[in-house]
Order: sequence, then structure tokens, then C-alpha cells
Amino acid sequence: MKTNTLILHTAALFIMPLQLMFSLFLLLRGHDEPGGGFIGGLVAASAFVLYAFAFGATATRHILRVDPRDLLSAGLLFALASTIPAFLAGQPMLTAHWWELPLPGDTYLKLSTVLIFDIGVYAAVLGTIMTFVINLMESEE
Amino acid sequence: MLLAVLSGFLLAMAVPALHRITGKYIGWALAFLPASLTVYFASLIPAVQANGSLLIEYAWLPGLDITLNFLVDGLSLVFALLISGIGTFILIYSGSYLAGHKYLARFFVLMLSFMASMFGLVLSDNLVTLFVFWELTSITSYLLIGFNHEDMEARKSALQGLFVTVAGGLALMAGLILLAIMSGSYSLSEILSSDMALHEHAFYTAAVICILAGTFTKSAQVPFHFWLPNAMAAPTPVSAFLHSATMVKAGIYLMARLNPSLGQGELWSQALMLFGAATMLTGAYLAFSSTGIKKVLAYSTIMALGTLTMLLGVGTELALTAFVCFLVAHSLYKGALFMIAGALDHETGTKDITVMGGLRKAMPVTAVIACLAALSLAGLPPLFGFIAKELLFESLLESPIWSASLTITMVLAAMLLVGVAGLVAIKPFFGQSGNTPKKPHEAPFGMLIGPAVLSVTALVFGLVPFLPEAALLQTAIGSVNGAAVETKLALWHGVNKPLMLSVISLLLGSGLLASWNRLRSPLAAINASAARFGPEAGYFKFMDGITIIAAWQTRILQNGVLGLYLLILVAVTFGLTGYTLLTQHGINLTLDLADSHFYEWGIALLLVAAATFSSTTHSRLGSVASMGVLGFGVALTFILFSAPDLGITQLLVETLTVILLVLVLFKLPEFGNLSSPFERYRDLAVAIFAGIVMTLVILAALDVQYFESISSYYIENSATLAYGRNIVNVILVDFRALDTLGEIFVLSLAALGVLSMIKLKAEDQHKP
Repeated sequence: MKTNTLILHTAALFIMPLQLMFSLFLLLRGHDEPGGGFIGGLVAASAFVLYAFAFGATATRHILRVDPRDLLSAGLLFALASTIPAFLAGQPMLTAHWWELPLPGDTYLKLSTVLIFDIGVYAAVLGTIMTFVINLMESEE
Repeated sequence: MLLAVLSGFLLAMAVPALHRITGKYIGWALAFLPASLTVYFASLIPAVQANGSLLIEYAWLPGLDITLNFLVDGLSLVFALLISGIGTFILIYSGSYLAGHKYLARFFVLMLSFMASMFGLVLSDNLVTLFVFWELTSITSYLLIGFNHEDMEARKSALQGLFVTVAGGLALMAGLILLAIMSGSYSLSEILSSDMALHEHAFYTAAVICILAGTFTKSAQVPFHFWLPNAMAAPTPVSAFLHSATMVKAGIYLMARLNPSLGQGELWSQALMLFGAATMLTGAYLAFSSTGIKKVLAYSTIMALGTLTMLLGVGTELALTAFVCFLVAHSLYKGALFMIAGALDHETGTKDITVMGGLRKAMPVTAVIACLAALSLAGLPPLFGFIAKELLFESLLESPIWSASLTITMVLAAMLLVGVAGLVAIKPFFGQSGNTPKKPHEAPFGMLIGPAVLSVTALVFGLVPFLPEAALLQTAIGSVNGAAVETKLALWHGVNKPLMLSVISLLLGSGLLASWNRLRSPLAAINASAARFGPEAGYFKFMDGITIIAAWQTRILQNGVLGLYLLILVAVTFGLTGYTLLTQHGINLTLDLADSHFYEWGIALLLVAAATFSSTTHSRLGSVASMGVLGFGVALTFILFSAPDLGITQLLVETLTVILLVLVLFKLPEFGNLSSPFERYRDLAVAIFAGIVMTLVILAALDVQYFESISSYYIENSATLAYGRNIVNVILVDFRALDTLGEIFVLSLAALGVLSMIKLKAEDQHKP
């Protein structure tokens, strides 16, 4: 299912990067403002779905670079990896750990296992939807 | 300790890479792990002797009362040492036995995973973790029995073993939960140290039955014994390790472990004695009447498992001493004999005893080791098996109940066992040379070192029994008994009743052995006709029954009409919900529409219109699109009531759902009107009913608050405890992160399920 409309092609090329950046923005700010891994993953998925509608499944696979299934398992691994610090510290599973890195200009970079976990959710959501969409489209072709 | 248990899993992950480096020496390389674990466990002995037991704690899921605590006492150390010690030689042996096999790496991955699960099983202190490891051993055993997966018979046996042990595992889980309810703790050390009289508790009978269902299936007690001989389809190292020395003893371990707590009840001791004695005799008889060397050994293992169970049932201090000694003796000689059987199979090309003979000239070392191990099996001095058997007789003679009948059964079994020992040690190696498919020659060093070390250990333990006794056995007996026991193991007790019984069984057994050739065909005929009514026939009937019932209920409930599934699901769910609502709460509607705004009415009308349109339209695309409108309307509602996260999520999910539906729509045939007017009105009625019930439930939920709302806790603590101001996200990734973790796993499984459906369909279409 590949469309040949110029408007969709051009729009997809412009909108997709914006959507992807927006999805990362949502992911990173999610702990304090509306957003988070789940929503971010959905936005990223819609970016790739838009691209897939414009350029077809094969091209989408190409720009994704990894098989969506690998994305899925990477997401699960990330989420599991976020449990390791608590495990090593002998705390209950999934106890959050925070590290603050000072940056120039009196700001702090807040890193945490929660963020790693959220990245896992992001990747798992993206992987799931892309697995659906790409394979459905391919079975069409 | 955690590392010791899990190291097997870790090493298993590295096996494929190691295999590339070490090539054909992989068996030797991997054997370092169990060898060093043996040393490690041995180093714990002094501490255990000093303190009685060690408890090593790791919190795992403390919220659910699930810990990774390890309980190290005499009993678990004996098992851990047997697993690691025998495991060392099994790995070396496997490297030679399966040399050049294309799935060698896969084999070692499974073996190491099994070993690690087994460590976890015997060292766990928490009942839940114990159960998890228990099931892991069942699963690895399944994969190992079915290792030659191209062989139909192996697959069938693997499934049979899995079904029997996992069905028992299910009962065991129920039993362990009952035990935890009775004693108020999931921790074995707490259960064992509490002085509650569990056998007077109302759940005692149920708990014992459930636990025994688990241990009897695992440890192949009559009438569940049939899976074990079939499991011999596995490669011989697997049989030697899993199905003689370790996995099948897991059930025995658990019974011994719980003996101090559950052993006071009559049900416990009588069930164990009855089933144990029946298993012992059945196993010994079937061992004697078999001809395949692995089957002979498998049935004699069943005999040993029965004996161990029976001894636990007798439960006197003497019986428990015999239990621990027999356990160790059996693991040593049976592990050795299985490895010998594998060597014979490997070098002669057959498992059939009837065609083997005179092999001592070609395989002199194997012959010597086999004789040594068989002497222990037959219970002859000066091997450790003799000490164990003397203790056995003595404890049965002094059993508080059923002493005479148990002793007679034991003499019969021992007599048959002498015959069995002859079958595996004398028949293949002496007498006329047989006609084997391969020209026999001596087995390689890697295959001989294991049985040699095990048999020599049995000999040493026999000659100086006070060494293992002082080191560990006495502590182990104490932990089975629940209180310390004074023991005095010795090879020579003077001429007494047990010795007389030994001599009698030896003489009768030799007689049986001499007439084995003549007895064989009538025995085979009897067994064939008995098998038609045996438990294995019952197993197949049962499995067939399951298939028939499954087919029947699939025809009724899942006839392929998707609309019907939905109808049933919705009608049942909302019928029950409506009923509960009516009886528990009643309906009291007070609608106050005073402070509603006109735009809220607008959204509501939009929702109703979209829903009506999507259910009446004749265009699929129109229906999907108006479903999307419906979803957007809901999102709008969320945003109006200031839930931006929900709103965004809803919008995105709706968009993607519409896209996915459109993609699927292309696959569907033309729109058709297949249902009759009656069916459509019925569906309408159910739909309206569901809608009404749902509305009432939501209204009721606003009225009633059974518990104090938790949201204030989240609002207060989100920033201070979790450093986040977005409460929705904090709940998702921090407060309830475990739920989210579960959800993304479910999501992934759903994705893989859909993927396989799409792929399967595509493959079907590619076929002409």
C-alpha cells in the first residue's frame, strides 16, 4: 500500500522529524509535565505510521533500521535493566534510584532508573505498534 | 550463595560462546563450575555443624512476602553436594558421550539450567521460590527428555513426563499455599521451627494430599511411576543425572524437608509407607523383568524412590538414618551404573542386555567399575550400599506399625534387586560373548572417570563410614528428624537379624538370576497383559478424554462466529455486574443537571450520534471513522475535566486504532448482511442492556466509596518520594511500576501473537 500523492510525501518528510523530536520531548519531560514513555511511544509510532503510509512498509523498515520485534525486546530489556540497581542495593524490586549530575549554569541533569524504565516503555510501545503496522502492510503487498 | 545458585544460569548463557572456544573439551571446561561449587558447599559444612542451619537472606518481592532466602542445613547440603559432585562428572561424561553432536551447546545450556534450578530447589527457604525452581526442573527435564526432538518417541515421553510432573506441581502449589496458611508463614525455616501442631489443623488432610500428589508424581511413586522409564528416551547423561540422582529425588527432598512439620499425622506416615512399599516392590519386579539396560536401571530407581518414601513414612530415628544413608548410597551407585549403561550403549550400539555378554575382555575397566557399583546396588559388603541396607532392614524390623509386612516386602524387593545387580554387572560382562551391533572396545577416559570416582566413593564410604557420618550425614539426619540424632554407622554389626535377612535375599536373588533366561518370556507375557490395565493405560485414556472434552466444548463455545463470542462475553459480564449492583447497592438515581454546561451537552450528543451511526451504517470505513469520532469525543471529555495525560493518550490511541482497523479492513470480504432481523434485535437489546448497566455502575461508583481514596497519598508524595510532579507518570513508572512492567510484557506477547497470526496467514496464501 504505497500512495503517490505529492502532498503526503512532502508533508510526511517534514512532519515526521518534528513528531519524533516531540515524542522524545514528551518522554523526557514526562515525569514532571504531561507526557511519559507511553505517550511518547505512541507519538513516535504515529510518526512512523505516517511515513509508512507515504512510502510503504519496506522504506519504513529501512529507516527504522532495526526490526520492530527487536525494538520490542529492547524495551523489555530496558525495563528489566532498571530493576538492577535496586537489586544490587538489596532493596525491593523496582525501587527508584536517582543520580543528579551538575551541569554548567546551576542546572542539574536528573538521571534515574525511572527514566530507564520509561525508555523501556517507550520502546515497547513503539515496537508493538510498528510490529502490527508493518506486518499488516506487508501482508497486503 | 545467590551467585552459587544462579551461576548455572549465567554460565548457561555463555555456553554457545564457550563452545566455540573450547571445542570438544567443553565438558571439561564446564565441569569447573560444579566442581568449584562442590568445594564451596563443602566449605559450608563446619558452619552448618556449628549452628544447625544457616539462613541467607535476599529480599526479592518483599511486598508479596516472596524472598530469595536460602536455608542451608544438613539435608540441603547433602542434596547440594550430590548435585554438584555428580554434576561435575556428568558434565565431563556428556562431553565424551555426545562428542560431535550438532546440538552439544544446546544440551549443556539445558543441563546447566537444570543444575541451577535444582540448587535453587534444595536451598530455597521460601515456599514460593521453591515452587518456582520446582517447576523449572520439570521444564528443563521436559526439554532434556525431548532432546532428540526428531524422534517421535522422545517427544511423546517428554510430554508425558511434563504432564505428569506439572499436574502434580499444580497440586503441590495448592498444598504449599495451604501449608503457608496453616503455619502462617511462607518461610521453611519458620515453619520448621514453629512448634504448632499442624496435624491438628483443619486443613491438614487437604494439604498433605496436595503436597503428596506433587511429590509422588515428581518422584515417580506408584501409580505415577510410568513416566520415569519412558524418560529414558533422553540421552544417557540426562538419565544418570536427572532421572536417578537428582530431579526425581526432588519429591523425596521435599517430603524429607517437611517431615518434621507434617510427620506427626497418621495420614502422612501411613500414606508414605503404603505408597512407598508398593512402589518399591513394583519397581523391583519391573526392573527384574526388563531387558533394556536403561529400563532395568530406571525401574530399580523407582524401587529406590519407593524405599526412601517408605522410610520417611516409618519415621523412627533409625529409619531416618537409613533414609539418609540409602539416599547417598543410591545416588552414588545409580549415577555410576547409568554412566556405565551409557558407555555400554555407546561402545556396543545396543541397550539390550540379552545380546550382551563376555564384554570384560573388550572393556576391562568398565567391567571392574560396573561390578563395584553393582555390589553396592545389591547391598553387599564392603560397600556403602551394604550399610544402608542393613540399616533398612533393622529399621523395618523395629517399625512401630506394619513391621512384619514391610519387612517381608523389603526382603522380596532386595531379592529382586540382587537379581537386577546381576543383570547389569554379570550378564553383559561375563559368560559367552554376545552378538552386539558394534565391535565393542573400551570407553574413553572422559566416560570412565565419573563412574569410577562414584563407585570408589561408595567403597570408601563403606570402609570408613564414620567419615561421611561425622562430616555431614549426622547433621542431615538431624534436619530430617527435626532434632539431633545419635548415630553409629559401621560395616560390621555382628550376626543379627538384618544380616540374616540380607543373606536370605542374596541367596534367593542369585537363584532368580540363574533362572532369568527361563523366567523372562513368561514375565514379559504377564507384564503385557497387566499393562492394559496399568496406570499408563489410564494416563492415555485420560489424555484422550481431555482431547474429546476440549473438542466438544470448542464446538459449543468457540464455533467461530465472532459475534456470538462478543454476545456471550458482554451478556455474562454485564448480567453478573447488574445482578451484583442490584443486590448490593440498589438503584437510586438523583440526577442534578443544574450545573452542566451547554458544551458538555454538545459532546454528549456528538458521542451518541457517532455511536448510533457506527452501528447502523453499511460502510465499514464509515463505521471505523465514526468510532474514531467517538474516541475523540471521549478524549475531549478528559481534557475538559483536566486530565491532559489521559486526553493525549486517548487521542493517540484512537488515531492508531483507526489506522490499524483500516489496515485490517482491506483484508475483509465485501460487506454483507448475514444476520437475521431477530439476531440483530437480540444484539441491540444486549448492547443497550450493557450500556445501561455500565452507566448505573459508574453512577454508583461516584456514590459509594468503600475505601478511602488513595489519590491524596499520590498527590502528597509524588514530588517528595518520587521526585516527579506528573502524578500519572509517577504512578506508572514508580509507585505501580511492577504493574507497568507486567503490562508491557502483555503488550509484547500480544504483538507477537498478532505477528504470528499475520505470518501464518501469509504462509497459507503462498501455498497453492
